[in-house]
Amino acid sequence: MPEIRDILEGSQIAGARMIRLIEDNDPSAFEMLKSLYPYSSRAFIIGITGSPGVGKSTLINALITQFRKLDMKVGVIAVDPTSPFSGGAILGDRLRMQRHATDENVFIRSMASRGQKGGLSRATKDTAVVLSAMGYDIIIIETVGAGQAEFDISSLAHSIGIVSIPGTGDGIQAVKAGILEIGDIFIINKSDRPKADAAVLQLEMMLNMRDTRGQRPNHAVTWAPRVMKTIAQKGVGVKELAHTFLSHFDFMKENNLIKPKKDAIEKSYFNSLLQDLALEKLLLFMKSSEAYMEVLQKIQSGSIDPLSAAESVVDNLMVTRNLKVTRKSNDF
Amino acid sequence: METKNKIRILIAKPGLDGHDKGAKIVALALRDAGYEVIYSGLHQTLEQIIQTAAQESVDVIGLSIMSGAHLPISEKLIAMMKEKGLDDIFLTVGGVIPYQDIPKLKEMGVSEVFPGGTSFEEITKGMNRLF
Repeated sequence: MPEIRDILEGSQIAGARMIRLIEDNDPSAFEMLKSLYPYSSRAFIIGITGSPGVGKSTLINALITQFRKLDMKVGVIAVDPTSPFSGGAILGDRLRMQRHATDENVFIRSMASRGQKGGLSRATKDTAVVLSAMGYDIIIIETVGAGQAEFDISSLAHSIGIVSIPGTGDGIQAVKAGILEIGDIFIINKSDRPKADAAVLQLEMMLNMRDTRGQRPNHAVTWAPRVMKTIAQKGVGVKELAHTFLSHFDFMKENNLIKPKKDAIEKSYFNSLLQDLALEKLLLFMKSSEAYMEVLQKIQSGSIDPLSAAESVVDNLMVTRNLKVTRKSNDF
Repeated sequence: METKNKIRILIAKPGLDGHDKGAKIVALALRDAGYEVIYSGLHQTLEQIIQTAAQESVDVIGLSIMSGAHLPISEKLIAMMKEKGLDDIFLTVGGVIPYQDIPKLKEMGVSEVFPGGTSFEEITKGMNRLF
């Protein structure tokens, strides 16, 4: 079992073992996270998302080099999908970052999405808490930008980089997927390919038209999203990119935007914890009750349908606890 | 989906030999058998392999070696694992391994040896034997 003290002192082995407990849903991880949480607010968290093959891992590899030049400690969480068929996974993101493997100020951790209950965000957030408590200044989270994933990332990171490549019609794709609203820095990677400038122009046009009213209810000052070109493999444009991420962080600090961002991240963490705990504990309670067995038999004998049965089990629990809820919002 | 008892395996190729097709195919076969496989690629130094195994908290390190240097590499890696306190990780070795070297590797502390020609089924079985 890893020691809290070793994790706080930055021991990579202790930190890694702690993350393993989180991934394996070990009950001791929960208690340990409580002790680590107060030390976890220091790091600047960057989310990097984009379709497979746009060069996210290569770009992160180059970003690590830049942040190390500024003497910052860098943690990376690279998420790859679990196969829904076998439950296995190939975690190959760190392949592009192996040159940093022996730098003691860099910690790279691959994670499989598994079937995380509270969504991927919970395990990733837990891991970010550990890395921050270990003393990493910058934490980079890499996710495949498919489906819901990038909405999760916006509730984890302070700054979001969205990576695309020229010539894929990604400008339009971005609007379709709704990721235009969450990006702070848009990166056209592999920009030595044809039509890179056209991609930049198209993105800038889209950004000018984007509707961000929902994103900034109380703040007059907002960060104007940047569009940048990189060639990650050659390191071109990456220094500028690293500094733009840092200037976004400074911008947030200067304009008192850190606190609302922190509040939003904490609220989303709280919600996913509630969801996990409620599901875990209440479900166990309901399933071990007599009413559960009774109703199950009724379903099987055909005297009640499963929908009414589920409703009655939950409603009964609420009634005995004198709980009332009006079911209309889905605000999770 | 079950989230407990997932086994994490690092597949790494130490040294200079440049053939990783076998390692990649074994990685895919292990994924299909339900393992989480961290693939670290070609030309890894032993220091890189050790650091990666530590950061990824893997259960198994699987080396692919075709250079003929399997004996000194395994010996050195096992010594480094002990020194780092990582000797609870299993070490397996595959690749071009002469049969007469298998007992020597096992004596050193290599848990399983998969010489060229081993079927995926045997590799998976061998991995399962460890847990």
